[in-house]
Amino acid sequence: MKALRLLTGCAALLLALGGTGTTGLAQHVHPAAPPSAAPARSQSLYALSATLSDQDGRSVGLDLFRGHPVLISMFYASCPDACPLLIARIQRIEADLSPRERANLRVVLVSLDPERDTPEALQALARARGLDESRWRLMRASDDTVREIAAALGIKYRRLPDGSFNHSSVLTLLDRSGVVQARVDGLGRPYADLLKRLRAAAAP
Amino acid sequence: MRAVVLSLAIVLAGGSAFAAAPGGMARVGPGSLRPLYAPDSGTTAIDVRAFELARVPVTNREFLAFVQSHPEWRRDRVAHVFADDGYLRHWVQPDELGAGVDPDQPVTQVSWFAAKAYCAAQGQRLPTEAEWELAAAAGDTSADGSTEAGIRERILAWYGRPAGARLDAVGHGTANYWGVYDLNTLVWEWVLDFNGTLVSGDSRSGASADRMQFCGAGALAAGDKQDYASFMRLAFRGSLEARYTTSSLGFRCARDVVGP
Repeated sequence: MKALRLLTGCAALLLALGGTGTTGLAQHVHPAAPPSAAPARSQSLYALSATLSDQDGRSVGLDLFRGHPVLISMFYASCPDACPLLIARIQRIEADLSPRERANLRVVLVSLDPERDTPEALQALARARGLDESRWRLMRASDDTVREIAAALGIKYRRLPDGSFNHSSVLTLLDRSGVVQARVDGLGRPYADLLKRLRAAAAP
Repeated sequence: MRAVVLSLAIVLAGGSAFAAAPGGMARVGPGSLRPLYAPDSGTTAIDVRAFELARVPVTNREFLAFVQSHPEWRRDRVAHVFADDGYLRHWVQPDELGAGVDPDQPVTQVSWFAAKAYCAAQGQRLPTEAEWELAAAAGDTSADGSTEAGIRERILAWYGRPAGARLDAVGHGTANYWGVYDLNTLVWEWVLDFNGTLVSGDSRSGASADRMQFCGAGALAAGDKQDYASFMRLAFRGSLEARYTTSSLGFRCARDVVGP
């Protein structure tokens, strides 16, 4: 039943017919502009201008750490298996960095379970795991924002009847402007390439 | 005789056999769905609340109007995270269909993000997978098409059609029990939770799923193993990423039922 609520829980919306006339075609007449005048297509994940809140309950943008290399993934706090391993893996990657590289890196973990992962629950997890909270943010967002972030990161997930989540674990490295530099899909997979690119991105 | 029966079904479903281009929303459900890919082995039915579903997929004409009023969704401006390089590639210009594109064909070469944004701009949303499957499970005269002769064959005939064949205009066929057209016989369609299908070597094996990769295990435990079309949709959705576009993938919008 919980899954059903997730699926059909969208707010009631105003009626608006999808059909439109052909009059829009007439608006095509406009001063000829060279194609290069159009703004280039953004390569950044931050084009997804999402608003979330962090473990301190502050409202933050997904691009909170613009200017730093970022490791980003998704999890949920009550996850018994994959999520502790995800955090442990990121900590191990951090341990492979020099102190200066590490100081430059930021980590963003977005919860799949905004219902249960309150700021208090996220704060408790951060403390229990000994996370460096000056550089790690555990975030929650609306169901719709969660789905968009998961879609953008290529993370598959669904809520199970017992309230847990079935999800893939994808760890993504973003550069200082939010462009994807490397992805590791699955916690058992090697991450040497990601580490190499991370070192390059985090060099002072 | 068969044509007479089909026409009767349309009238019973509230549609009109005479409307050239059926539009608007049809009320679908409530109903119960036998899930092909159950959230756990104990789940044999998923209840779907009543909802409203567009009778036909979104057309090129409609999507063009959206792009013109939302230029951030032009193919030359859309962010890479939202759409791949195939996005609206079949249009002659970013804001013009061109002579080779029928305005009444379903729009294809659209990503999940673009489809989602289109529906949001209409005050609507994408249907969930369960909603779409409930609507598509209907036959001509009943909510469960698996009991009607010929329905499965008709659907499989479409799946066997060569890719790249020219698309018909929307709403050309007959409406199903709910008054919805084109669900199984025109284009593949995006659903809101397309990324809820975790089909892999691991999830196929059910209980022994790799817990390192997937936190929790789904159960691919079909009640009806003859339903090849559903298996194909499941595999197709499992292969998609939100920015992907293809020449046979379109969408339609849905919304919650307003009022009682």
